[in-house]
Order: sequence, then C-alpha cells, then structure tokens
Amino acid sequence: MSERILFKGVEAVAEAAIKAGCRYFFGYPITPQNETPEYMSKRLPQVGGVFLQGESETASINMVMGASAAGARVMTTTSSPGFSLMVEGISYLSGMELPCVIANIMRGGPGLGNIAPAQSDYFQATKGGGHGDYRNIVFGPSTVKELVDLTVLAFDLADKYRNPVVLLADGALGQMMEPVVLPEEVKLENLPNKPWALTGALGREKNLAMAFEMVPEKLEEINWRLQKKYDQIIKEEVRWEEYYTDDAEYIIVAFGTSGRITKSAVKALREEKVPVGLVRPITLWPFPYGILVELVPQVEAFLVVEMSAGQMVEDVRLAVGDRRPVFFYGRPGGMVPTPKDIVQKVKETMSLLDF
Amino acid sequence: MKTIYARPVVMEDKLTHYCSGCHHGISHRLVAEAIDELGIQGRTIGIAPIGCAVFIYDYFKLDFIVAPHGRAPATATGIKRVFPDRVVFTYQGDGDLASIGMAEIIHAANRGENLTTIFINNANYGMTGGQMAPTTLLGQHTTTSPYGRDVKREGHPFHIAELMSNFKGVVYSARVATYDPKTILASKKAVKKAFMNQLEGKGFSIVEFLSNCPTNWGMSVVESINFIKEKMVVEFPLGVYKGGEE
Repeated sequence: MSERILFKGVEAVAEAAIKAGCRYFFGYPITPQNETPEYMSKRLPQVGGVFLQGESETASINMVMGASAAGARVMTTTSSPGFSLMVEGISYLSGMELPCVIANIMRGGPGLGNIAPAQSDYFQATKGGGHGDYRNIVFGPSTVKELVDLTVLAFDLADKYRNPVVLLADGALGQMMEPVVLPEEVKLENLPNKPWALTGALGREKNLAMAFEMVPEKLEEINWRLQKKYDQIIKEEVRWEEYYTDDAEYIIVAFGTSGRITKSAVKALREEKVPVGLVRPITLWPFPYGILVELVPQVEAFLVVEMSAGQMVEDVRLAVGDRRPVFFYGRPGGMVPTPKDIVQKVKETMSLLDF
Repeated sequence: MKTIYARPVVMEDKLTHYCSGCHHGISHRLVAEAIDELGIQGRTIGIAPIGCAVFIYDYFKLDFIVAPHGRAPATATGIKRVFPDRVVFTYQGDGDLASIGMAEIIHAANRGENLTTIFINNANYGMTGGQMAPTTLLGQHTTTSPYGRDVKREGHPFHIAELMSNFKGVVYSARVATYDPKTILASKKAVKKAFMNQLEGKGFSIVEFLSNCPTNWGMSVVESINFIKEKMVVEFPLGVYKGGEE
C-alpha cells in the first residue's frame, strides 16, 4: 500500500508521470514550473528514461513529437509564454494524432507578463491556440492530489484517443505542497500496443506520421474523422465536481485554483444559509455544458470566478444563454481572489436580483 | 542478361513530383543506394522537411514523419532518444535548415546527436516559388530579392558545411554536388559515410548538396548546372570540412 507523501505540485506531476509509464521528458526552463524538469532530470535516468533540455520550447515540443511518433509515453511542461511557442507543434501533434501530455503551469500575461499564478490561457488551451480545427483534452486540476490523478488519466486518454492532453494548472497549485498517495507504477509491458508507431518498417508496410494532405477532399475527410473522435471525447470524457448544488439557487462556476478558493466561499455562505453551490469543471475541454443546462431551472443566477479577465465565462454563457444572468468576477495579471472577495461579489449580485 | 542498373530496393516504384532536371531525384537515389548497401531499410526512419522534399515519404519504403518547418532535427532527436539502435535521418532544404530551423540544426549538431542530415542547398525557396534563401548568392535575383541580393540589405549567404564543422559534436561535414558523374560519385561516398558514422555511433554527420532549381532560377537544366559550376561552387567550395581523413 502506498503511503501519503508531502509533494509540491510541480514535482508531483513529474512523479505521477513516471508512475504512468512516462520515460521521456523534453522541456525548457521557465518559471513557475522549473522544478518539474529539474525533478525529471534526476529521476528519469534512475528508471531508464531520458531527460533532455531542449534549446527552446519550440524544439522541446518537436522532440516530444519524435518520441511520441516512436510510440513512447512522453511529456513536456511549460508556463504560458512557453506554451505559446509550443502551439505550432501541438497543432501538428493533433493533426498527426500523436499522444502526449503537456502541462501548462499558467502565469500572468499577456506577453512576458509575470510569474504569479493566473488562468488566462483558458482560451488558448480549450479553443485551439494553434492553427486548424483541432481539440485537445484539457484538465483543470485544483489540488495536488487531483493533479496526480489527472496526470495518470492524461496519459491513458492520450493513448486511448491518440491525442495531446493538456494539464492546465497555475503557479499556485504548482508551488503548493499537499499530501498525496501516489498511484501504483504501471508495468511498461502493459502499456497499449501502438502498431502505428515509427519503429522502422521491418516486415510490414511503412508507417507515416504527418499532418499533411494536399487534396482538399481528402483533408476534409481527415478533418471529419478527427471531429468524430472529438465528438466521442465530448460524449465520454466530460468531468466536473458539484458542491452544494442539490438545493442551490445560485451557482458559482470556477476551475482549478479559483475553484478551490470558491469552495471556501461557498462553505462560508452556506453557514450564513445562503443557498449557493459550486460547479467545478475538471475537464475544460470537453466543457461540462450539460450540468449547467440542467441546473438552469433551479437557479436564479450564475457567477463565474476566474484568475483572468473573463474567458471560461463565455462557455458558461453558451450553456445558460439568456435564461439567467451570468455574472463574472475575475482577477487577471497574477492576482488571486480571496473567499471574502467572492462572498462579497455573490452578495452584491444577489442584491441586484432582489434575492 | 546481367542487370547493371536498377531502382534501389528501398525506393518506391513512383514518379516524383520534382521539376524536370531537378537534382533532388539524384540526392534521393544516393540516399537510397546507401540504405540498400548498408542493409538498414528495416530500421531506418526518415524525417521529411517542409519545402520541395516534403513528399520524400512517398518515394521511400521507410517509416517517415513530416516535421514542422525547420524542426526536423528536434523531431529526429526525439525518435533517436527512444530508439538509439535505429538509423534516423533528416532531409532538409536551405529554408528549412538554414533559416527557420537554424537553432534546431545547430543544437542537434552540437549535442552530437547520432543522426544523419542531408541538406539540399539550391539557393532559393523552391516550393514557395523562388524566394530568397539564407544561401542565395550575392547579386542573385529571386522573387523577394528582385534587384539581386545586396550584402548591405540581406547580408551574406550562410555557409552551412563550414559552420557545422566547427561544432565538437559533429563528426562529419561535407559539401558535395551532383552535376556530373564525378561529383555524383563523390556525393555517394559522402552520403554513405554519413550513414556509416551513425551506425558506428560516432555522432552527427551532415552532407550539404549544392543543388539546382531550373524552374525558379528561370534557367534550362544545362544553364542551371553551369550556374552551380561557375557561381555556387565559387561561393560554396566543395569538399570535406570535417571527418574526411582516416
């Protein structure tokens, strides 16, 4: 039986990846995720793996591409400006249907921004970021334990769907220390067989990995096939957490670190008998539109809390439409909302509605 | 009857998309002959570039990946780190390798990645219609240097074979051409050497081909060959810059 170990987020994600059978890591230093490549550079050689520091995020994601094409479980981690450099490769990886796991430990933007925790890469991660019609599974973990569990799941789903999976966390979760129970290490021989991998065409037809098709009719066909896969992911992989939603008349939607902070606000409000609840999306793509639609009849209003100027709020509005007001409370630029701020915002908006 | 010339086994029975008289076909064949002669078809993996040679995967019976523009050496690194016992090569043009992918090639070379790179220098961007490349000669007219490449405006052409020979991780760097039987035979030797080095685990090898582009240069094939002989070879001398003597 595994024991509980105190782990920092950015190191827990590394150890969880190793437990999931990841033996290859390519990455470039950027704050606030440097402990992940540092940890990997120490650990991977101990388990027969390879750590290589790329000359840039661009090179790193293309090294990931090569290792993935060779059939390996492979990962990279970065933070916002680095993720921007990787989206070219992510578009290709998606088009080639190559599995990999990419953690973006988000920081304040735009541009160089700062190194404080933020959630302002939501659009970039969930709506594409790179060119072309592609989707990545995007997880928004809110605790170190959840980060560990979702890292393992990320590798499994990446292989299952042959698709990149993004762990969209932020600097607060990355730097936080919490007790976790690490999962059992998978046996490498039990990992999924990859007959499509580039291993050298010995005794078989050649395998090609490319996101390239000159004939529009054929590229359209490829695109519809990809969309069919994305539809299947939407059907089978939507995940979220509900907190005090049963009798809630007011729903807050928040993910990751702001989801966790919102939980404290909901708890405080419940103590004052205010009927609020929380929906915390765990998959940001596919987004849990369904649960929000279901809650509309029992709810007077929605509030979206984000560490950004308002990005996920657009998905909540897509679900709710004009049927209920959707309020927003956000702190961009590396600022983190407090439970007190959120409580105040709830009360303010409630008073507008004659609650 | 004795067969004295045949399609290399590793090549597909296909017509290529290359323009009439283009030297890519010769370079492809030399790579194929090296793979055949070394008996490494079943364990060789290729990385295609973005540019005219993007379709190379169609002409070889090999596993191939089409890397993003310029990133082939990084992608090759990823594959090679997973399979150190496979033979991994990139085939890249001058826009791909010497412009957008300069960082990737330099770092792969300097790390001494045990890879082979075939570099086609035809002094322009062929696929996109003949724009100026990092290797375009001074005074050469292209669609984006219509008044001729001017050193004050665009600087000097890049000398890749010489540049690569400076890195400690590089075991072999040569510049060859394919405009007559003599140069073709020398090229073949260079390509084979570049693959042999990898098989022997020696490190990074690169062969730069001075190649032609009759279509975009606006020349007949004969004129394009004369341009290589009279102009390109002067700017880019042929020879083995590193790892020749043994």
